Amino acid sequence: MGIRFILMVNKQGQTRLAQYYEYLTLEERRALEPEIVRKCLARTEQQILCKAVIHVYDADVYLYMEQCSFVEHRNYKIVYRRYASLFFLVGVDNDENELAILEFIHLLVETMDRHFGNVCELDIMFHLEKAHFMLEEMVMNGCIVETNKSSILAPIQLMDKMN
Amino acid sequence: MENLFQRTLEDLIKGLRLQLIGESAFLSKALDEIRREIKSTDADTKANALHKLTYLSSLHFYNMSFAAFHVVELLSSTRFSHKKIAYHAAAHSFSDDTPVLVLITNQLRKDLTSTNELEVSLALECLSRIATIDLARDLTPEIFTLLGSGKVFVRKKAIGVLLRVFDKYPDAVRVCFKRLVENLESPDSQIVSVAVGVFCELALREPRSYLPMAPEFYKILVDSKNNWVLIKVLKIFAKLAPLEPRLAKRVVEPVCEHIRRTGAKSLLFECIRTVMTGLSDYESAVKVVVVKIREMLVDDDPNLKYLALQALSVVAPKHLWAVLENKEVVIKSLSDVDTNIRLESLRLVMAMLSENNVAEICRVLVNYALKSDSEFCNEILDSILSTCCSNVYEIIIDFDWYVSLLGEMARIPHCQKGEEIEKQLIDIGMRVKEVRPELVRVSRDLLIDPALPGNPFLHRILSAAAWLSGQYVEFLINPFELMEALLQPRTILLAPFIRAIYVQSALKVLVFCLNSYLLQRGNTASFSTFDGLVLERDDPESSILASCDAPVHCIQDEGFNPRVLNQSFEGLSVEYDGEETSTLGQTSALSSLKDGFTRESIINLLNRVELAVTPLTGSYDVEILERARNILCFIELIRQELLDSPVHKDESLESEEAQVSQIIKVMHDAFSSDLGPVSVSAQERVPVPDGLMLAENLEDLEKIFGDVQLPSLSSFSLGSPQYEERAGFSIPIHESKEEPAPSNESTSLLAEHRKQHGLYYLSSAKKEDNYPPANDPKLQVDTNDDDEDLVKLLVSKKKPCHAKPRPVVVKLDGDQAPIAANPRPKEDVLSGTVQNVLLGSDTNPTSSQSKVSTKSSSKRKGKEKLNVDSAKENLGDVEKHDLGNPSSRNSKHHSHGKGRRHGSPGKKGDEREENGQKVKQKSSHRHSKHQARQRAEVPLNVVAQTPVVPDFLL
Repeated sequence: MGIRFILMVNKQGQTRLAQYYEYLTLEERRALEPEIVRKCLARTEQQILCKAVIHVYDADVYLYMEQCSFVEHRNYKIVYRRYASLFFLVGVDNDENELAILEFIHLLVETMDRHFGNVCELDIMFHLEKAHFMLEEMVMNGCIVETNKSSILAPIQLMDKMN
Repeated sequence: MENLFQRTLEDLIKGLRLQLIGESAFLSKALDEIRREIKSTDADTKANALHKLTYLSSLHFYNMSFAAFHVVELLSSTRFSHKKIAYHAAAHSFSDDTPVLVLITNQLRKDLTSTNELEVSLALECLSRIATIDLARDLTPEIFTLLGSGKVFVRKKAIGVLLRVFDKYPDAVRVCFKRLVENLESPDSQIVSVAVGVFCELALREPRSYLPMAPEFYKILVDSKNNWVLIKVLKIFAKLAPLEPRLAKRVVEPVCEHIRRTGAKSLLFECIRTVMTGLSDYESAVKVVVVKIREMLVDDDPNLKYLALQALSVVAPKHLWAVLENKEVVIKSLSDVDTNIRLESLRLVMAMLSENNVAEICRVLVNYALKSDSEFCNEILDSILSTCCSNVYEIIIDFDWYVSLLGEMARIPHCQKGEEIEKQLIDIGMRVKEVRPELVRVSRDLLIDPALPGNPFLHRILSAAAWLSGQYVEFLINPFELMEALLQPRTILLAPFIRAIYVQSALKVLVFCLNSYLLQRGNTASFSTFDGLVLERDDPESSILASCDAPVHCIQDEGFNPRVLNQSFEGLSVEYDGEETSTLGQTSALSSLKDGFTRESIINLLNRVELAVTPLTGSYDVEILERARNILCFIELIRQELLDSPVHKDESLESEEAQVSQIIKVMHDAFSSDLGPVSVSAQERVPVPDGLMLAENLEDLEKIFGDVQLPSLSSFSLGSPQYEERAGFSIPIHESKEEPAPSNESTSLLAEHRKQHGLYYLSSAKKEDNYPPANDPKLQVDTNDDDEDLVKLLVSKKKPCHAKPRPVVVKLDGDQAPIAANPRPKEDVLSGTVQNVLLGSDTNPTSSQSKVSTKSSSKRKGKEKLNVDSAKENLGDVEKHDLGNPSSRNSKHHSHGKGRRHGSPGKKGDEREENGQKVKQKSSHRHSKHQARQRAEVPLNVVAQTPVVPDFLL
């Protein structure tokens, strides 16, 4: 399976995009999302706290105090990364390469950036469909299938032209 | 017109942001609107409503199953924008059980064959999420066509969808696999990338089937410049390499080359992981990797650090040196800010644990536990406890140290592992005789600490401590002090069942004190009457019968007040037979308590106990009540006769006194009989004797023994060896041959039983083996071993030395966890089909295959025919395409050298065997790659007989 799901969540914990590559019922999703969002957001808060405390003593040290971007959850892992006010959470199987997933998240953000121009939470809210299309180009059956930004965006531009 | 006033998704989102009536109220209003709109006949309105509904369902978990039919309606819309919405809704909301799925097959087929590549792409995307068995089967021909599409955009999605199709409908492999392989060799990097992705997923599930494709993967590994592709190929090789040593040999060099060359951390990490999991036999590669891991460990990036720790823990079982080299960093990571890093380093530290360093590392860990937050503290304790007790305390040599460590753990403020510590304390107490004095010391320290009962997490530890100090009371330095601790007012904080254990322990301590007092007083008169008895008991030959000798008890019984007798008897029936006086215990206790027991101290003790226990007779808990009454009656019974006697030594009192001494003596003997561990499977291994009706007599028994209480000590779920024997007597649910009305009859039967099934009894002779005296010559071998250990330790200079050899730890058969039968992973339908297609053999017919095409598969001789058959069944006009494509390597190598098989149709079984033999015979003079591949097909099943494995990469 590789990637099990991709979530985009804002700082308040509201889901802005949810894409699942294994079928979960609505009840399962409703239970899963808050749980993992809480888990990941709590970690980053802790991290910010650490930074603030350390900053007083030595500005250089705070780099050491960051937390890693991987959380084990049940029988799989969540790789997450924060961009401005938005968190990207990707649930992956245990043998998936975490660093590659981080790169994948970055690629996703860059792709959206290229399309929307300095992407922000609102872009994703109001153009959810497009975000989904980008994901569909990039991931299929939980496998990363396309990593070229132009190739990812080509069909979306084509659709824009059609409308 | 309708459409004009309809709110779009954008309006909805804006409205949601600005609403004042509360989110759920707003949303349910919107949902009502949608329900109305979606029934509209206007397609635009419907599409818009569906768009909104999908949004709400995806982000706010609204059920949209009611709209399933409308989704199907919109799928058939001619407008792309409608289709887009409908496909997205379908992909989001349909599951295998959605009933309308059967309605969309034709629409999907139409879109898959559309000239508009965006429509094809939509259909493929949707199929990759919702394909069912039926859809996969029905649409396989279309997907097969698309696999050869000239448009890269379409072809790569067709490849991507295969994973789901194969999953649902393994027979699709027969049709599509060849094209999938061809795509792997495509000049277009996008196509290769997707195909590798699919193979990666397939190979992760069942690697063996894909061994024959190693040359293709190898080519990609060497040639590709795309890191994403390389990562996936590495994943495949990580799975394949352990299956085929020669493949591993070929792969090591390119992997190391990537490690040296790449700047991408993700690729580097994948290489590391591949070496650790698949190539760990290659020392040179591991060395290269360990250097890289060290770099990652000291990196500022916590992600790299975490992954490096994880990689180390993968390699730890095989290359512990890699972990030991980085010991400092690992231990330092225990105090990292990140809990995940801490946990990972804890796992590694546990992996490093050995008998040489267990004390040293546990010391460090306990210090960390003291500093850590509650959660991590308990993680640490949990790791220590579970690692140390694994395989019957394998790594523990110095049990005194370990027991005191357990005691120390109880005092860590965050400790919540009471139950586990309790279990281990008692377990060690029973298994390791030498450690008992230390156990009692630790228990005493815990019990006299008035702060501990305040922490509910520690109650279980206290219960163990109470039981241990009662059971092994002879090692106590100061029984009076312990009695105070057992009766302290703060025990009110404990749970009733633990208090009951306290009370029982108090009784044991009391009996011990009285017994020691009597011995010390040198009351020879009372003992002389017992000499014969004691001697008889000590005689190992007759100990079985003597110990079970009910008449002895009967004689005693007659002399006493029946009420009192009942009291003491009920409580003690479990171990109420002094099988073997623990002479060792007695003498040691006596020597340590030279002058402890004066008459005053005993009187004080009795008063103190009476004072403390009396209130307990008002307890609501029957266990406490019962045991408290036992103690009080016991005191009442002995007080006058025992303590008044020395003042006025009367002839008349002498005999009574003797009887009192006798009670105390017998009770003491009962309590000091040794409890051994009982194998969990002991009961099961006792065969049911012939003619025994277990179910029949039970009702009668209940009538007869209605008033017999279950033994109180069973709350520990321990049984003494005697318990097993006496069980037939006190608990009527045991497997004695006859019902035990008169006790002597039953004991004789038990003795009989024992003779027959002596194997299952912990015999007294055996017992000596279990608990040998320290200098037993019989144990020469063991001590020699220990000496060797000692030498090893000294040589390794890890720790100066262990002051004493490892004590004997009693082991039972049941201790070894039953080795789970390791069945060969059941090859699933998919891999079976893949093997068939890839290897062209019928060695592994799968259920679905035989279901779908039993007839044809029985006749099939090779891939060529196979493809034709399935093409006839499924493909229609595609058949020609397939037939006209004889360049596939499978069909090629099947076409030569298969002539004989064509000549023997209908003999499937023979065919298979012949196939295997033939290939074996020919294997020596075949050299080409393809031939090698063909040979590989048979070893999959014949691998046990044929050590000759083809060299794939020649």
